[in-house]
Amino acid sequence: MNLTLPALGPALPEIVILVGALALLFLGAWRGEAARPVVDFGAILLLVLAGAIVVLLPGGTLSTFGGSFLLDPFARFLKILALAGAAAALLMSFDFLRAEKLERYEFGILVLTATAGMLVMISSNDLITLYLGVELMSLSLYVMAAIQRDSVRSTEAGLKYFVLGALSSGMLLYGASLVYGFTGTVGFPGIAAAAKAGSLGLVFGLVFLFAGLAFKVSAVPFHMWTPDVYEGAPTPVTAFFAAAPKVAGIAIFVRVAIDAFPNIVPQWQQIVIFLAIASMVLGAFAAIGQRNIKRLMAYSSIGHVGYTLVGLAAGTPAGVAGVLVYMAIYVAMTLGTFACILAMRRNGEAIEEIDELAGLARTQPMVAFLLGALLFSLAGIPPLAGFFAKFYVFLAAIEARLYALAVIGVVASVVGAYYYLRIVKLMYMDEPKAAFEPMARPLGFVLGITGLFVLLFFVYPAPLVAAAQAAAQSLF
Amino acid sequence: MTALIQDYLPIVVFLAVAAAIGLALMAAPFFVAYKAPDAEKLSAYECGFNAFDDARMKFDVRFYLVAILFIIFDLEVAFLFPWAITLGELGTFGFWSMMVFLAVLTIGFIYEWRKGALEWD
Repeated sequence: MNLTLPALGPALPEIVILVGALALLFLGAWRGEAARPVVDFGAILLLVLAGAIVVLLPGGTLSTFGGSFLLDPFARFLKILALAGAAAALLMSFDFLRAEKLERYEFGILVLTATAGMLVMISSNDLITLYLGVELMSLSLYVMAAIQRDSVRSTEAGLKYFVLGALSSGMLLYGASLVYGFTGTVGFPGIAAAAKAGSLGLVFGLVFLFAGLAFKVSAVPFHMWTPDVYEGAPTPVTAFFAAAPKVAGIAIFVRVAIDAFPNIVPQWQQIVIFLAIASMVLGAFAAIGQRNIKRLMAYSSIGHVGYTLVGLAAGTPAGVAGVLVYMAIYVAMTLGTFACILAMRRNGEAIEEIDELAGLARTQPMVAFLLGALLFSLAGIPPLAGFFAKFYVFLAAIEARLYALAVIGVVASVVGAYYYLRIVKLMYMDEPKAAFEPMARPLGFVLGITGLFVLLFFVYPAPLVAAAQAAAQSLF
Repeated sequence: MTALIQDYLPIVVFLAVAAAIGLALMAAPFFVAYKAPDAEKLSAYECGFNAFDDARMKFDVRFYLVAILFIIFDLEVAFLFPWAITLGELGTFGFWSMMVFLAVLTIGFIYEWRKGALEWD
């Protein structure tokens, strides 16, 4: 055996984040809570630095670690998205955690390790790397869900997430072992070459693999943990859960489907179609009765995963480009909405009831306007960004002759519009309740940027759409 | 494919027989056993005393912590053995890979030490 050092360049963003996280952990262990400002600042800096490295690395497709790690335009696009989502969520968390007396230097470090896991997932080109990334991300997320140790709801959320997450990891591994058994390799290109004909065992492995991945992106019927975890976890953690990990989960879903199983499309297409329809319908109907805004956002995220999977179900470059555009717009909409949810504080206490937003237009008109725009966008009303997100995935589905899927999707988004618009109605037409505390500056910053993005996307959509198309093309 | 599945037929038969016998043995006492309960018989067994409290008692979370820390370092050793045996063939890259792994583990160890996870009180 002759082992030499593999090229580390393509994995530099992950290495920077992990080495930085270890250094910050060491600092925290040494100095205790006094190190927290340094750790918080360092964590944001590391995420930005990793993003810069992703941009600056030489273009094209880079591969290392014996082909198990891939940095192609697809990975670049999603990595920048995941890093931006993580950095914004971390930025929004500080004021809330301080007000709730939850500030711990471990929080920033957990965000860093979770993000490193996501980057590994996005770049993975074989089943082992995939599992490594999934576990690094998931284990960090379990701890984050339970970070409010004294709250029963938070610990329950963490425990529930951990038990169900371990189960889904088991399914993922079982599927991976079946796929390995029937193809004789763990590398995606090798699996694609060996899986010319869909044998029964291979399809079994595929189903288990997809079940595990569907859990990670909370697609129906593997969504049961989502509302409880989103409601129980502290709100900044929920904001983080709703943005970056979804990007990584969808990324690996697309890569496994397109890269590893391009020769048995009909077999996985029917699974993805079912997941998409079930998620869209459940996301639309189950959210209607919710009174807690975090639960509502949980069902909303389930629905949006369904719409994203419509693009994957098409299985074409246009469909994957639709998925990428959808993810970018979804992350912006979610972060903006959570900035408003984090700002719902009165007398030093966080408020999660939707009805408390009544009359926000008169107490905080600017916030109400931007939140209204984000909600219209989540509902998919033109000319806001959310409309274009849905437009691209449904167009891809029509072009792939999946008419029923597209029709059900449009109907579900009409049903889903009800609960978004109900909040707008509350804000603009109902009698105001007592005003919330003024918004913290980082929240206002994130809300402003995402609000403007959603409002003005239609003016100049070309850069994002072109980048998504180039990224999608690199998979085929 | 069907031939492959047929190879597993004995296992299916075995599972079915095992399930049938197990269920029968669990279900039979409900129907045929002699039952005459009284308070003493139904209380938890405690040698020579009356039971102090419920058998399902809470116990200290620190036991879990110690168990988890043990598993981490136990697995580390399990990982070190094959590395040590093949070190001659692994070369410098193999050596430094393990050093990086140990460094990560050491930082984790320092963290838990400073956090007081190793103190019992």
